[in-house]
Amino acid sequence: MPSKSSYLKRQASIWLLYAIGFLPAIWGFYLGATDQMGTDPVKSFEHYLGFWAIRFLILALAITPLREVFGLNLIKYRRALGVLTFWYVLFHFLVYLTLDQALRLPEIIADITKRPFIIFGMIALVLLIPLALTSFNWAIRKLRKNWKRLHRLVYVITILGLVHMVMGTKVLSVEQIIYTAALVLLLGYRVFSWSRKRMAT
Amino acid sequence: MPSYRPPRIPSSEITPKKFWLNRRQIIGAGAAGLVATGAQAAPLESVKSGYTLDDKPTPFKDVTNFNNFYEFGVQKTDPAKNSGDFNPRPWTIEIDGLVQTPKTVDFDELLASETIEERVYRMRCVEAWSMVIPWNGFPLSALLSKVEPLGSAKYVAFETVVRPEEMPGQRGFFQPLDWPYVEGLRLDEAMHPLTLMAVGVYGETLPNQNGAPIRLVVPWKYGFKGIKSVVKITLTEKQPPSTWNLRAPSEYGFYANVNPEVDHPRWSQASERIIGGSGGFFGGANRKDTLMFNGYADEVASLYDGMDLKKNF
Repeated sequence: MPSKSSYLKRQASIWLLYAIGFLPAIWGFYLGATDQMGTDPVKSFEHYLGFWAIRFLILALAITPLREVFGLNLIKYRRALGVLTFWYVLFHFLVYLTLDQALRLPEIIADITKRPFIIFGMIALVLLIPLALTSFNWAIRKLRKNWKRLHRLVYVITILGLVHMVMGTKVLSVEQIIYTAALVLLLGYRVFSWSRKRMAT
Repeated sequence: MPSYRPPRIPSSEITPKKFWLNRRQIIGAGAAGLVATGAQAAPLESVKSGYTLDDKPTPFKDVTNFNNFYEFGVQKTDPAKNSGDFNPRPWTIEIDGLVQTPKTVDFDELLASETIEERVYRMRCVEAWSMVIPWNGFPLSALLSKVEPLGSAKYVAFETVVRPEEMPGQRGFFQPLDWPYVEGLRLDEAMHPLTLMAVGVYGETLPNQNGAPIRLVVPWKYGFKGIKSVVKITLTEKQPPSTWNLRAPSEYGFYANVNPEVDHPRWSQASERIIGGSGGFFGGANRKDTLMFNGYADEVASLYDGMDLKKNF
C-alpha cells in the first residue's frame, strides 16, 4: 500500500501540472491586454488558445500508447490533461464570443448554424461538457462501466476538433500539419489496437 | 460627382506623429538589412488628393508587419521577416495584349513621369479584418493610357514576379499557391479613378513586404485583388484567371467586391475587426459593420448595375 507521503507527492505533481497548464492562458491574456500580441491581438489570442487546446489533447491521447508501447506510465496525469483541454476550448470559445464577435448575436448565431467549421467546433465543445462534468472521482465511481463508454466521446471530439482546425484555415502551417499528423497517428493507434483485440477474441 | 470629397483633417493627423518621426527607425527594425538595398524607404514627392478619409489610419508598423504575401511565407509576420533578400531594382513592367503600343516600362522612368498622389483608403481583407492606409501612387488608368487599349480589350490581367531565389515562399517543399500570383479586373474597373497603382505608403517607397516596387490597390474589393510586385499587365478579351479563385472557386470570386450581404462560406462578411493601433484587447472599438463596396458605393456601384452580386461574388 502506498504511504501517505507518496500519495501527497503524487497529488502535488498533478496540481503542479494544472498550475503550469493554465500559465499559457494567463500569459497570452497578459500579452494581448498590454498590446504585445501583434497587429491583430484578438485573432492571435483566439488561435493561441485553440492551439493550446490541441496540444493538451495530443498529450492526453498520448498517455495510453506511451504506456502500452513504451511502458511509460503517466496515467495519473491524464485527467488533468483532459480537463485542461476542456478549459482551453472553453476559453477559445469565450474569446470568440466576446473579444472577437463583441457579442453580436445575429452574426454569432449565423456562424454557429451555418458555417460547417464553426459547427464542428461547437459540437466538440458541447460534447466536452459531459466529460468535464464527470471528471471527478465521485462520477467515475458512480458511472462505473458507463464512465469509460462516455469518455470514448473524446475520439469523436478529436475528429471534430481536427476538422475545425483544418477547415478554419486558408493554408495549413507547418505546425498545423504536425498536429494533424500527431492526432491522426494517435487515433490510428486506437483503431489498430481495437482491431487486433477483436481478432484475438 | 460626389466622389471627390475634400480632405477634412489636416495631414498632421493623417500620420500619427510618433510613427512619422520614427518611420526610418521602424523600417530598420522591422526589416533589418533591407535598408542596404538602397531601394527601401526613399521619401516620395506626393501631392494631396481628394481621396481621403476621416477614419484613423493604421499605424505604419502594423501596415508593414501584418501582410498576406505568400511569396514570403503564409504567416502574417513572414513577409516583413523574409523579404530581406528581395531586390526591387531594376524593375520593368511589361504591358501587352490588346493594346496599340505594347511597352516595357522602366519603373524609375514611370515614377519620374507620373504625379504621385497620397490617398487614404480603407483596406478590407476577405478574412474580415480591415485597416486604413495612406498610399502613394497614381491611377492605373494613367499607365494604361500609355499603351492605348484596343476596342476589343475587355479585361486587364496582372502578374507578380517569380523569383524563388529571393522569395522563400516560392521555393522548397511547402508551396501554398501556384506561381506566379495572377489577378484581373474588368477594363472599366481598371480605368476607374479609384483604382490605384501604389508605389509607396506613408510617404515613402513601398517596403518589400507591401509589394515593392509597385502594386495594385482596388479599395472597394477584398485585399487579395491588390496584386503585389507587378511585372506584367496584359489586356485581354476574356476574363483572366485569378490565383485565389483558381485555388477555391467557391470561396473567392473574380469580382471579390466587398459586400456585407454575401458571406464567405466559412465566415460572415457582415462586420470586420479593425486591426492595428488598437492598444490590445481593451484599446477601443475593434469591430464595426462592413460597408457595401467598402464604403465606396457612391463611386463604384454603377459599374455593377443589373448584375447579380450574389452570383458574381
